[in-house]
Amino acid sequence: MDTNFWVIQAFNGVSYGALLFLLASGLSLIFGVMRIVNLAHGSFFLLGGYVALTVIWTTGSWLLALPVAALVVAAVGLLMERVFLRPLGFDPLRQVLLSVGFAYLFQQAALDIWGGDNLDIIPPAMLRESAVVDGFYFPMYRIFMIGMALVIGLILWLTMEKTRVGAMVRATVDDAEMARGVGIDTSRVSMFIFALGAFLAGLGGVVGGAFLGVYPGLDFAILPIAFAVVIIGGMGSLGGAAVGSLLVGLADNFGKALFPEISYFTLYAPMVLILALKPTGLFGRE
Amino acid sequence: MDSRRKLVIVIAAMLAVLVATPYSGSYVIVLVTHALIFAILAMSLDILLGYTGLPSLGQAAYLGVGAYLTAILASRFQFGLDWTFWLVVVLGILIGAATAALFGLFAVHAGGVYFLMITLALGMCVWGLAYRWNSLTGGDNGIVLPPRPAFGIDLADDVTFFYLVFGFFAVSLVMMAILARSPFGRSLVGIRENEPRMRILGYNTWLHKYVAFIIAGGFGGLAGVLWAHAHGLVSPEDVVLATSVDALLMVVLGGPGTLVGGAIGAGIVVFLREYLSTLVPWWQYVLGGVYVLTILYLPGGLMSIPERIRGSRALSRRARETRNMQTSPP
Repeated sequence: MDTNFWVIQAFNGVSYGALLFLLASGLSLIFGVMRIVNLAHGSFFLLGGYVALTVIWTTGSWLLALPVAALVVAAVGLLMERVFLRPLGFDPLRQVLLSVGFAYLFQQAALDIWGGDNLDIIPPAMLRESAVVDGFYFPMYRIFMIGMALVIGLILWLTMEKTRVGAMVRATVDDAEMARGVGIDTSRVSMFIFALGAFLAGLGGVVGGAFLGVYPGLDFAILPIAFAVVIIGGMGSLGGAAVGSLLVGLADNFGKALFPEISYFTLYAPMVLILALKPTGLFGRE
Repeated sequence: MDSRRKLVIVIAAMLAVLVATPYSGSYVIVLVTHALIFAILAMSLDILLGYTGLPSLGQAAYLGVGAYLTAILASRFQFGLDWTFWLVVVLGILIGAATAALFGLFAVHAGGVYFLMITLALGMCVWGLAYRWNSLTGGDNGIVLPPRPAFGIDLADDVTFFYLVFGFFAVSLVMMAILARSPFGRSLVGIRENEPRMRILGYNTWLHKYVAFIIAGGFGGLAGVLWAHAHGLVSPEDVVLATSVDALLMVVLGGPGTLVGGAIGAGIVVFLREYLSTLVPWWQYVLGGVYVLTILYLPGGLMSIPERIRGSRALSRRARETRNMQTSPP
């Protein structure tokens, strides 16, 4: 347990947290705006990875895969929200089960289209190297993930805080009924947020594909971790999602390294405690 | 339908299962046994969801603790492989109830979406321990059980084991049905319909929900004990989120608040997961489709279909009568 261990583990934790932020920021916004427990969010992540693979196989361009995959997944999310979730009305249980149904449908579709093998997204050569700082090796790809999360986080923050749409979203998170009362089309806001959440998850899937791989079952493996982020950070809060991602990323890495036997427990037990003591999360608004 | 006719139908259906199953193929016997075990789990969840209005996303946790307890006792200590099996049943129920008593402290006061989230998190805690606590649970590989108990009767025989599981299922169904019709059960329904009013009437609603939560956990633990012996292997796969969600689907598909509906739903889901999956590679379309179609078109579950048909018949009859009245000469 020398400095090397702590620096590398902390770095790994932060970069994993960066990936989680891409996945969980959208989930958090969806939860905040629509109060939907979207169990298909992991599927969006996985679909993003698969679509990216197809783009890479056909065009050879990894850079092109990023936006294309994210947009395709956003379109899928948009359809799912408009056609199925919207007419359902507000009933948490039925929304959960509907989203699970879609998760299974997506799982089967992915299996039929892309097969059951473990696939890998290979990033450009530049990102496969390592930066050496002060004798420590930092893989470029992890640095890229952190950079990506920072850029996306900044864009999201600016959108939420400085634009009219952002103000409408925040109003809906705080009090949907009141927002409707002052003339905000919350149905539109929900549609926008659900598509945005799917977009971010799809993007996360491409970025994560080089890091976690792309395989059947990844959807349900990553989903509960995303929920842990959302709960710990607070639903519907971007800052919360950022802090939550960082905490979960670090907890996951150090947990696995320091006390492997209870490492997942150390992830989900805090989630339970926070839900029991402060259901709005560490940074959620009352 | 009056309740006596319902009762006759349920008893007839159960007798049919009891009599027909042993004469069907060996695979069908295993399938029905599994379905009955999941029926116990689904009915325990129905106590929460259908009667109390608590949609738990972590019911697999209680199945898990019961199953792991059975597996650990059997594989490590050779305990529960003779008449002590009955002790393990009691212990399994107790550990399920005790886990629920602990979890309920966190979960029961939460409402709506937060209850879903917190039960999901609790379920994941159990999964995390099962997956990672290698020295106790065998980690990803799980625990393989020795052959089933024998005490005069040999449970290794699938038919004998089926009779045993059927017995547990029937007793569970009767006990839960009595519970649902008891004053306590009626209060639970009152809480589901309007909790603030029940509180004003002087009911300790938290305690009612907490007790219901513990009872459901106990039955979940029982299902776990049976599942461990039925499957012969206990692994983290048994406590994944999908198991909990499947249990919810069983209840919603069959019809919440009917108990029997949960059993029917369990039969269908087990059939899809274990039988259809061996027949066709695209079975998950069916499973996903059942989820989506149930939610969109069958909010009351399968048990509501007779009611619906009668409802639409009555409607059309009324329409016909009105029409006749209008056309008939004065």
